[in-house]
Amino acid sequence: MNNMIILPIILPTVAALVMIILRNKIKLHRVLSIVALLSVMAVSVIIIGKIKKDGFLSLQLGGWEAPFGVSMVADMFAAILVLVTSAVSICCLLYAFSSIGREREEYYFYPLFLILITGVNGSFLTGDIFNLFVCFEVMLVASYVLISLGGTRAQLRESIKYILINVISSFLFLVAIAYLYAITGTLNFAHLSYRIAEVGQDGLMTTVAILFLIVFSLKAGLFLFFWLPGSYSAPPTAIAAIFAALLTKVGMYAIIRLFTLVFYHEPQVTHLLIGILSAMTMLLGAIGAVAFRDIQKVMTYNVVVGVGFILAGLASYSTVGVTGSFYYLVHDMVIKSLIFLLGGTIIHLTGTSKLDKISGLIRLHPALGWMFFIAALSLSGIPPLSGFLGKIFITEGTFTASYYWLGAIGLLTSLMVLYSILKVFMSVFWGYTDLTVDREKGSTKGRMLPIALLTVLTIGLGLGVEGIHEYVDIAVEVLMNPTVYVEAVIGK
Amino acid sequence: METLMSILVGILFSIGIYLILTKTLLRIILGTSILGHGVNLLIITMGGLKKGGPPLLGITNHSYADSLPQALLLTAIVINFATTALFLVLSYRAYKVLGTDNMELLRGNEDE
Repeated sequence: MNNMIILPIILPTVAALVMIILRNKIKLHRVLSIVALLSVMAVSVIIIGKIKKDGFLSLQLGGWEAPFGVSMVADMFAAILVLVTSAVSICCLLYAFSSIGREREEYYFYPLFLILITGVNGSFLTGDIFNLFVCFEVMLVASYVLISLGGTRAQLRESIKYILINVISSFLFLVAIAYLYAITGTLNFAHLSYRIAEVGQDGLMTTVAILFLIVFSLKAGLFLFFWLPGSYSAPPTAIAAIFAALLTKVGMYAIIRLFTLVFYHEPQVTHLLIGILSAMTMLLGAIGAVAFRDIQKVMTYNVVVGVGFILAGLASYSTVGVTGSFYYLVHDMVIKSLIFLLGGTIIHLTGTSKLDKISGLIRLHPALGWMFFIAALSLSGIPPLSGFLGKIFITEGTFTASYYWLGAIGLLTSLMVLYSILKVFMSVFWGYTDLTVDREKGSTKGRMLPIALLTVLTIGLGLGVEGIHEYVDIAVEVLMNPTVYVEAVIGK
Repeated sequence: METLMSILVGILFSIGIYLILTKTLLRIILGTSILGHGVNLLIITMGGLKKGGPPLLGITNHSYADSLPQALLLTAIVINFATTALFLVLSYRAYKVLGTDNMELLRGNEDE
């Protein structure tokens, strides 16, 4: 029953289409979207169980055998990411219930949200590079509408820049695919890997690899992140949180997939380049996070630092480094949505994002304050929370590969991240309380549940790491041994 | 033929990039559209421009056209079309709300 792989893509799509027909039944929209995401979650748990038992799951759509047809492949890496995606998106959806507003709900917020999830899941599960492009576009078109939905001045201004950047990077993606097809004559990941391993990765191939790196750097915010802080500050909290949690991660997934499965023959060129880019990303992002005294700016620059740190593990191209990248990728999806939801709640309560205008919230909202504190510690990788293990492994990986400078920059920026987020914590929650409950701009009603769920998740990922490391090991073993993947999909 | 097509693709790319680097929003969108055409031509060229019958088994056909780049192209055109339409609508809305289509004036300011 490999047909199950397609369910994480089909279920949200069908739910979204039904909702578009029944436009004004908002209650139905809410129920249906939660049901769809919960069932995706259940399906991904079953898929993970099956992968653990039988290895790979692959599905050749329409019965056309790979490499001729379009393959869907679920390995442990992709399946775990689908599971985390659904968990995080359920939390963001719960937050949206109480915060997104009637008007956005009527203008297809929930269908768009589900189509975004469709694109994300599709990108994780596809085994074909052109299909990856299509899934990326599905995700991006949904995100174009979500970022501009509501039509405030800031949203319109930022959405234009966001769309322009992504349209150009999509074209570059197509150019890279065209070159790749001209050289190898195939687009299936497994077949590409097989052919490139057969003839070797020459200079031309490496150039194409770097073109792919540029494309995904634009999408993931690796060094080319100039568009990111503006775009992620414009939309409402629930949308910004899901963007921060998922969109850059899909770009990173594509980089990790391509540079472990297909272009892994010249690590001294491509992986070193990734290392240099991620070092610069971490430094620039951390400087941004330290410099601004604005909650939204601090949060968005922290997204940038996370991108650099995750890919530092890949740059080392060692088992321990990639294991760290994977742990940190999962952690980053949870923690970035949590931080954005927390920050959005603070902005909602006080009506401003300027740190100098907020103080003493801990007296009014102790629970919010403590959860922010836990999230802040987790973000900077303090044990026993979820960021710790990934940080250890990535640092160890960079040292194993003797990229000491990269590990050092990673640790330095961790301190800067800790400073930046504690700066927010101290000025928001400490000090003289000048607000009273009835002078607040909004309430936390309905917003605490998703935040609490994500906080529990980040603590659970940290404490329950013994339970998940067995699955992570399976995922990383496949990533580090591309031939396993090739054999599972095309049987060579 | 491939060389000629490559030069044409290059020309389309330069026009597209020139337009994207201008300040008016409408020109930028037209630029992305032209860039898109360049990309489409590139895909079809990269698949190899050979003459041949349809890719079906037959007695008379000895060379077959490669159908895959055409399938890719079709998908790319559709996506490009949809994105450009969305982009145009959004830029019109932005022009009405923000009152300008000059990218220099779309930087945003502190007090909004």
